Amino acid sequence: MSPRSRQWLAPALVVVGAALVCAGSAWGLFKAPPEVFMGEVQRIMYVHVPTAWNAMLALSFAFGCALAFLLTGDWKWDNRLEAALEMGVVLSLLLCMQGAIWAKPTWGVWWDWDPRLTTTAVRVLAVGAIPALRAFGEVPGRRAVWSAVACVIAFADVPIVYFSVKWWNSLHQAQSTPETVSSAFHWPLRINAFGILFLWTGLVALRARLSALRLREETAPPPPAEAAAATPAQGAW
Amino acid sequence: MSGLVIALRKDLLLQWRGRLQIVAVFAFGAAALLLFSFAVGPDSLALRQHAAGFLWLALLLASTLSLAESFEHELEDRAIEGLLLLPAGPRALYYGKAIANWTQLALLGVALVPVMVVLYDAGTTRLLPLLGIILLGTAGLSAPGTLYAAMTAQARARQALLPLLLFPLVVPVLLAAVKATSLVILGDPMGQLRPWTTLLGLFCVVHVSLCGLLFGRVVEDG
Repeated sequence: MSPRSRQWLAPALVVVGAALVCAGSAWGLFKAPPEVFMGEVQRIMYVHVPTAWNAMLALSFAFGCALAFLLTGDWKWDNRLEAALEMGVVLSLLLCMQGAIWAKPTWGVWWDWDPRLTTTAVRVLAVGAIPALRAFGEVPGRRAVWSAVACVIAFADVPIVYFSVKWWNSLHQAQSTPETVSSAFHWPLRINAFGILFLWTGLVALRARLSALRLREETAPPPPAEAAAATPAQGAW
Repeated sequence: MSGLVIALRKDLLLQWRGRLQIVAVFAFGAAALLLFSFAVGPDSLALRQHAAGFLWLALLLASTLSLAESFEHELEDRAIEGLLLLPAGPRALYYGKAIANWTQLALLGVALVPVMVVLYDAGTTRLLPLLGIILLGTAGLSAPGTLYAAMTAQARARQALLPLLLFPLVVPVLLAAVKATSLVILGDPMGQLRPWTTLLGLFCVVHVSLCGLLFGRVVEDG
């Protein structure tokens, strides 16, 4: 594929993704039958479950980017890491909010210390700290290595957090997949899952392009007049 | 191996010369223990029940102070660049620093136990298991803490960044250490102590090896 046609791919993915999410949500809201026990509240599942899958996917992709950057040192992985991390944090935050909205009428409380809920909250904090680290590290080389290292460590930590919280306290529903729910619920679930997938991959591609532009600006040699006036670089380790 | 011994000796000597700071961190931890009891109120039963949680929270809060301090010296006059030129290798530097931090945190933990016993009436005769939990828990704090301190020492807003990165990561340490310490203080009729200490040990093994592996990249690149 030529670079020119690739330029259109990301916005196209965003548009298709947004359209699919609208279609899937409309189907879930108006066409699908209400669930027997939970009634209308259950309809939030059509966004909640796909959000959970995609948050996991985005963060796994970020982990892959971190490993790829540490192994190859190719800057494109750093740009993608930045984009995927931000997307993973946004999706995980949305997941927590949707969960709280669903939990209030169903469990009677906004929040519960259930393993998956608590692990998601810890994951938001652990991964959300990495963009903060990037914001405060000014040297591009350091920033890239630090965030890749922090990402690898945070990812290795997630299973330990899950098991520790599981032993500590256990109330969440069993995971919903197309196999565990009635076929009447399949289509909106699947359409939304792919809609959110296209949406975030498109947005991540656009965001990575933005990171690449910023990196080019940061690492560009200063104009000759400025270079003569500039003081030597400080503290490089 | 000899590189590790030399690095450890250097870090322990640094801590010994800055021992006044350790006293200040202890005072901070003791003050935190005192303040937690104001949050709960003078209910002696509730205080005793939550004593283990307060101890580990005080230790966790105090640890960010001592961990952040541990890399201050290395940045003065770019001392770290000289250290990296030594034939010891970054792994020896990391383990030396991590063991020194661990020693300091474990001492702090041991020193805070009497404060907890006095304030919350949470005494126990099972001192050996308690010491083991403190050793494991502080190892779990210092392994990732040392790596993150190396990163945040050179960033802006380092006081906020270190806890921001470290706290979510050490949730399993906090959970397991609090549970295990509670079981030692309040009794363990169901024999649950072993799984919690195993979890602590597992966390330490994962983070000690992973952070040792990645430390070289953190100090050498950029």
